[in-house]
Amino acid sequence: MICGKSKKTGLLAGLLSLGLFFFAGQAGAAYDYNMPRGVTPISREIYDLHMIIFWICVAIGVVVFSFLFYSLIKYRKSKGAIAAQFHEHTWVEIIWAIIPFIILVVMAIPATKVLIAMEDTSDSDLSIKITGHQWKWQYEYLDEDINFFSNLSTPKAEINNQQQKNKWYLLQVDKPLVVPIHKKIRLLLTSNDVIHSWWVPELGVKKDAVPGFIQNVWMRIEQPGIYRGQCAELCGQGHGFMPIVVEAKTEEDYNKWLAAQKKGRAEATIQAARAAEKKYTKDELLKMGKQSYDMHCAVCHKADGSGMPPAFPALKNGPISTGAVKGHIEIVLHGKSGTAMQAFSAQLSDEDIAAIVTYEREAWGNKEINAKKNQPIVVQPKDVKELRG
Amino acid sequence: MSDVHAPEAKGLVNRAKRWIFTTNHKDIGTLYLLFSLLMFFVGGVMALIIRAELFTPGQTLVNPEFFNQMTTMHGLIMIFGFMMPAFVGLANWMLPLMIGAPDMALPRMNNWSFWILPFAFTLLGSTLFMSGPAPDFGWTFYAPLSTAYGPKSTDYMIFSIHLMGISSIMGAINIIVTIFNMRAPGMPMMKMPLFVWNWLITAFLLLAVMPVLAGTVTMMLTDRHFGTSFFNAAGGGDPLLFQHLFWFFGHPEVYILALPAFGVISQIIPAFSRKKIFGYRFMVYATISIALLSFLVWAHHMFVAGVNLQAELFFMYATMIIAVPTGVKVFNWVTTIFRGSISFETPMLFAIAFIVLFTIGGFTGIMLAIAPADYQYHDTYFVVAHFHYVLVLGVVFGLFAAIYYWLPKWTGRMYNETLGKWHFWLSAISVNVTFFPMHFLGLAGMPRRIPDYALQFADFNRIASIGAFTFGIAQLILVYIIIRAMRGRGPVAPAKPWDGAEGLEWTLSSPPPYHSFATPPEIRYE
Repeated sequence: MICGKSKKTGLLAGLLSLGLFFFAGQAGAAYDYNMPRGVTPISREIYDLHMIIFWICVAIGVVVFSFLFYSLIKYRKSKGAIAAQFHEHTWVEIIWAIIPFIILVVMAIPATKVLIAMEDTSDSDLSIKITGHQWKWQYEYLDEDINFFSNLSTPKAEINNQQQKNKWYLLQVDKPLVVPIHKKIRLLLTSNDVIHSWWVPELGVKKDAVPGFIQNVWMRIEQPGIYRGQCAELCGQGHGFMPIVVEAKTEEDYNKWLAAQKKGRAEATIQAARAAEKKYTKDELLKMGKQSYDMHCAVCHKADGSGMPPAFPALKNGPISTGAVKGHIEIVLHGKSGTAMQAFSAQLSDEDIAAIVTYEREAWGNKEINAKKNQPIVVQPKDVKELRG
Repeated sequence: MSDVHAPEAKGLVNRAKRWIFTTNHKDIGTLYLLFSLLMFFVGGVMALIIRAELFTPGQTLVNPEFFNQMTTMHGLIMIFGFMMPAFVGLANWMLPLMIGAPDMALPRMNNWSFWILPFAFTLLGSTLFMSGPAPDFGWTFYAPLSTAYGPKSTDYMIFSIHLMGISSIMGAINIIVTIFNMRAPGMPMMKMPLFVWNWLITAFLLLAVMPVLAGTVTMMLTDRHFGTSFFNAAGGGDPLLFQHLFWFFGHPEVYILALPAFGVISQIIPAFSRKKIFGYRFMVYATISIALLSFLVWAHHMFVAGVNLQAELFFMYATMIIAVPTGVKVFNWVTTIFRGSISFETPMLFAIAFIVLFTIGGFTGIMLAIAPADYQYHDTYFVVAHFHYVLVLGVVFGLFAAIYYWLPKWTGRMYNETLGKWHFWLSAISVNVTFFPMHFLGLAGMPRRIPDYALQFADFNRIASIGAFTFGIAQLILVYIIIRAMRGRGPVAPAKPWDGAEGLEWTLSSPPPYHSFATPPEIRYE
């Protein structure tokens, strides 16, 4: 009876898994069950390897488990089975060591070929340096003088279940990595703090970003589209919140994008210069400051400024936010080495930093303390500009 | 001459003294097993906190920082607090009984190696109650997340691991010395029960790799406080050095957990098939091969971390080869069952489930060994599924099998077979509901160790969480069964409750006298 049940469960589990994998292998919308086939030559070869080794395992499993369950059913004591006496056979042992070995060798040959192809980063058409930060990615187009940060753009309200989650919940960013199709793109990976891992399943690329070292990978995307991935190496509390979005464009569209970026950058420089001279009202600064604070600072220091001491100090009544203005601006600009506090000088404009500092000096009751100490609250972009090294 | 009964202790102080100062292998085995049972539930509650948070997308129960502390503590406690002490407990109880020795060779050291553990885990657990986060970088504590960026409490974890290491090393020395020197006359190495063989090899693994772990955490300590830069590129070090050292410990560690479970299965399968184990010699050779190979495969944990092509190829091939001796073991178990006379008591059910489910974990292991494919699997739920199949559906099921198999011997009471079967079926079904969907999650692109996930992963996560809670609740049956037997309830167990079982432990009464084999038993082999 029991053994009948165990057989049934085993078969059911086997069939279920087989069925799901088969469905996944055949159906186009396979993304939910199986590895995506992807859009690069490497990702397809990986997928094929994955499916071959999977079916080999299924075949071995079917043989071994059939033999097991057959024996369990056939030789039940309750059916009067009497145990045989044999307990050794050298040749059988040697044969069932050699057969798996041969299967493994057969498997190792294509795997070796793919691996060699994956590691060959020579003759690339363009290079992009990717730097992992806690918890965002920085993309630097080495041949184009384009450099930007890519942050999670899912609203906090969705994470906190106060708002309906959108389709690309946690898989959307403010500025995606834009690349051309049909080009061999070399990615140089490094990190600014801890180890991260840049992974986009459909591109067949995953590589750790290790601080102090640069690693190479490459990809050649064959279809325009938007491909999403996530950081794959635990990198602190924001690990689940630093997605990757890659937008692959035709060469023509990519060139348009490049041009727009350069033009936009020129305009932004002029605007920034203008903004740096501009004097903002306190209300303007506080409004901008709250927005930027929530995006860049609240992960660690929390929306209410309470932080998570001692690793992430409280800003509410904190020594920095109720201390001298100069020190406050400098720590935001340059970070504090040996701690998780990173330098924001490359990521944020003078006006952003001015707004954030103003907000931090005003909010959560810091205003009263600063007033008592007779310290200014409002900081203008010009003040920040002066302290940039 | 020898005491048959455990010392009678009256009053709380005396009773505490009896357990604190005991040098009796049976007492110490019991202490180890009860300690690991406690840790199983502590680590289990942490797992359930993780699964509760992952029940739906969005932040619901705990914040990401606490989530990371839970994943870290769950891993450390389950490996060092639950599985390792559980099998050392089995070793303490069973090795002397199985080789006909009066006790372990070094009884005082034995006492010490157990009593270090409560202190080690108090040290580790206390970090949860400190201001500032507990260790929050995963049980693999990769630098620099655990060094320059680690919370202050990391130092407590480091010292706690030092203590666990001391305990394990002393335990390993004791086991090796006992097996080499205290076998009953007339028992050559190649006649030892396979559980004894597997533990002997495991003990050598422990002896080889625990010092490496101790060295690694010491380097972390000096990086954190004494200005060294072993793992810091800015000072001439390398974060990958940490990973090399950690996995040089970490991969053999997997076999430290698995080999004793293999040993248990090799005792139970023949007992309930009423047939000798098939291919005894090759089982021993296979175990030795696995142990040796386990030192040559560590970098397969680091394929995407940046090892060069030649190293990747070497570690890929070496890893694939482990499938050969592991396959030999599975084939031998199955062939032992073939043409046996099989009955399905609870230990056998767990042993059969072990063979099937551990093999599934082995299959995903081969898939992970294929380096190019590993680029997609690495650090996803596919890996989480793989190692939980190996460790929970494999090692822990092996442990459950051992508990049901030897509980009558330890307590002198039979457990309730119906309850045992309930425990088995609930566990076997729920644990698959928990971990099987994780394969799909990983392949579909869900990274591990994330506290919140994209909407496409919601369904499988919900299923996994339901399975996990069912599995957790089902373990209360096991606790009930154990407590009942320990309190002397249930039918009295005969000296040999399993008609097909072989070995010296069954020649003693159930429970065995407090001091057994004071004179060596006579051994006859047909």
